[in-house]
Amino acid sequence: MATGHDRRVSGSVAVSCLAALLLWIPAIAATLPTTLRIGNGNEPESLDPQRATGVSAGNVLRDLYEGLTGISPTGELIPAAAESWRLREDGLEITFRLRAGLRWSNGDALTARDFAAGLRRVVDPATASGYARMFGVIAGATAIAEGRQPASMLGVEAPDDQTLVIRLDRPAPQLLALLAHPAASPVHRLDLAAATKPGGRIGNGAYRLQRWVVQSQLELVRNPAYWNDARTTIDRVVYLPTEDLNSELKRYRADELDVTTSVPATQAAWIRANLGAELHVATYLGSYFYGLNVTQAPFKGQPGLRRALSMAIDREVIVNKVLNGLAAPAWSFVPPGTRDYTPQVPAWAAWPRQRQLIEARRLYAAAGYTEARPLEVELRYNTSDDHKRIAVVVAAMWKQALGVRVRLVNEEWKVFLQNRKLRRVTQAFRNTWIADANDAMDFAALLTRDHPRNDSGYDNPAYEQWLAAATSVAQPLARRSALQAAERAMLDDAPIVPIYFYASKHLVKPRVRGWHDNILDWHYSKDLRLNCAPSAPC
Amino acid sequence: MLNHAWRRLLTAVPTLLVLVTVTFFLMRAAPGGPFDVERVLPPEIEATLAAEFHLDEPLWRQYGRYLVGLARGDLGPSFQYEGFRVSELIAKGAPVSAIVGFSALLLALSAGVGLGAVAAIHRGSAIDRGVMLLALAGLSIPPYVTAPLLILLFALGLAWLPAGGWGTVSSVILPAIALALPQVAAIARLTRGSLADVLAAPYIRTARAKGLPERVIVLRHALKPGLLPVLSYLGPAAAGLMTGSVVVEQIFGIPGIGRYFVQGALNRDYTLVLGVVLFYGAVVIAFNFLVDLAYGALDPRVRPT
Repeated sequence: MATGHDRRVSGSVAVSCLAALLLWIPAIAATLPTTLRIGNGNEPESLDPQRATGVSAGNVLRDLYEGLTGISPTGELIPAAAESWRLREDGLEITFRLRAGLRWSNGDALTARDFAAGLRRVVDPATASGYARMFGVIAGATAIAEGRQPASMLGVEAPDDQTLVIRLDRPAPQLLALLAHPAASPVHRLDLAAATKPGGRIGNGAYRLQRWVVQSQLELVRNPAYWNDARTTIDRVVYLPTEDLNSELKRYRADELDVTTSVPATQAAWIRANLGAELHVATYLGSYFYGLNVTQAPFKGQPGLRRALSMAIDREVIVNKVLNGLAAPAWSFVPPGTRDYTPQVPAWAAWPRQRQLIEARRLYAAAGYTEARPLEVELRYNTSDDHKRIAVVVAAMWKQALGVRVRLVNEEWKVFLQNRKLRRVTQAFRNTWIADANDAMDFAALLTRDHPRNDSGYDNPAYEQWLAAATSVAQPLARRSALQAAERAMLDDAPIVPIYFYASKHLVKPRVRGWHDNILDWHYSKDLRLNCAPSAPC
Repeated sequence: MLNHAWRRLLTAVPTLLVLVTVTFFLMRAAPGGPFDVERVLPPEIEATLAAEFHLDEPLWRQYGRYLVGLARGDLGPSFQYEGFRVSELIAKGAPVSAIVGFSALLLALSAGVGLGAVAAIHRGSAIDRGVMLLALAGLSIPPYVTAPLLILLFALGLAWLPAGGWGTVSSVILPAIALALPQVAAIARLTRGSLADVLAAPYIRTARAKGLPERVIVLRHALKPGLLPVLSYLGPAAAGLMTGSVVVEQIFGIPGIGRYFVQGALNRDYTLVLGVVLFYGAVVIAFNFLVDLAYGALDPRVRPT
């Protein structure tokens, strides 16, 4: 009796579950041929152009918004929403001329006032933007960011709908490039007035947001109100979160993605052999290095010892054997390819390995360490297989070359961040800097006395002077030589041990045309095309 | 019976309260905070953010604020995902995890009980040893190994199913299998052990002596008591399956809530972790409750009088 009842119950449970299954899953139409599917790494934490700081958010925001200036596929600075600009002779004022008839994605007129509002919003402390300080050269920006002045005092004015004037505290040739950053996007008055739901914001880019299912997909469709919409060819762009690089590779191979966010280093050999033509590796504006805490023993007041540790590392081995060639060895801090800059590689980098080791041993001995009394040092890194592999290799190199006793300390990310910032327990530690703008100053500033991320605690008056000189001159050549002199002085002091320069790594399907590698690793969907085979028309 | 149910439900409230309290203070005891990031924020901005999320208030006050919100059904804003409420994230992610988890549960139950029963009936034979060996393998190989293998085979090799993503019925299959495999193994072992015991019991011998067909003996008389251990295992297992798995969700790119557990903790997204822990706690309690009810239905001896 009970059995019959149970059967009916389980039968109806099964039916209702099946119904629930079918209801929960919206039937999604087969992917259209003019859809570009991009693997985007971590889910963007926000799509607020002034607040979002993640790389994945930036990728999407560059499709949704357009700044006054833009970046061409090859990484050159180009006019975007502004068709032209004029720099006053003293370099302290830039006047932008906006294109005629610019519109927001909802059809409203887009004026110079909206761009001014965007800039005011990014420096306003109430916005709590991580990029407020990036625009510190604009007149009044620093005082506003520190809360000493209202945001309305910012040196940006819109005398008419098509003209925007930006006044600067000091000449800043890099500002034009910064204005291409999503943080300098205009803001619609509706978005300014109310906290808009994520995904509900109004943009001015080549695409507009159609749908955002968190952790599932971000769907963009072409924005017909965009001034250059006639040149856009891809109708729909889908950004998919791909946290696991091995899974991303499989989805790419299964033809579910057109572009990947990266590639797993462990699969580099297989990818080169099988997908070599689709692999794009290019220098990126990022440095991976070990910081040495110069405020504490054993590195305090020991530039020779710090240099010795740097010399003892064989970067080629790390790049080729550990990173499988998907990076470039670094003997200096500012990556090659940075605008208006020549990499400052120290002379010893070109020496044969044997000579480097001899010099390293000499410096090590001069610092008072011997085989009987070796240096004991803690090398700290945050939990990650890649960081661990590199730390193990570096520890072995230090041990082999100098006899240094290294203790590897692995810490959870937030614990690591805190220790690194406090500079109390750290000795040698993993560090990274990824620049927001193609400008050597972005790197150089990291090692200034007051920089919040000067984890080494480096404090060199000569270095500060060189940077102050670079800040005050408008002339690009003079600025460049001051920045380069600063890096030479810093490398000589070795508060950091450069290890490698990051590379951007993407797999791009052959049907995606117009892809160019560039140092910013910025790729606007509007500049890409999908090649249509006769068998599969777009 | 009804009384019993009410009592169970009432004890759930203090249980969840203890859970929330412990989680709240444990999360706060962890070093670092939600706004400690690689790109350190200027102090004035950190202060603005702290004020926005009331992190500048004393801890007991924040705790009180959270409880008051909770009483109104508000789990607070997420620290990590700007502009999203935690309840919104859970409401979007939970059905996805539940679909995958429920499919995995159905699969695990049917395959596990089936295999376990076959092994028990053929106890000591080559079939038994084969099935138990498979079960052992299923238990020992974690999803982060099986999931990529499944993708290699079914998505890249045979191209039958998508390698990842969400939105179609076919995208449920591989994650559900990956999630179910260890459970299939566990259920098969449990079923085999207990069914084998039951099949050796005197009343089964009596049934056999009466000449009942073996099919009826197993399905009608032996399986029901034989499944009791499986049932008690099922409560927590089902709750675990339904609330998602961070590994499976990341590998297949599924928008479930499993990842919020791990990522929330790593990002110190206090409200998100609390929300997910609370949700998970509620689901575990609910499933244990259901299992208790089902126990009563299957085994007259435990029915409350």
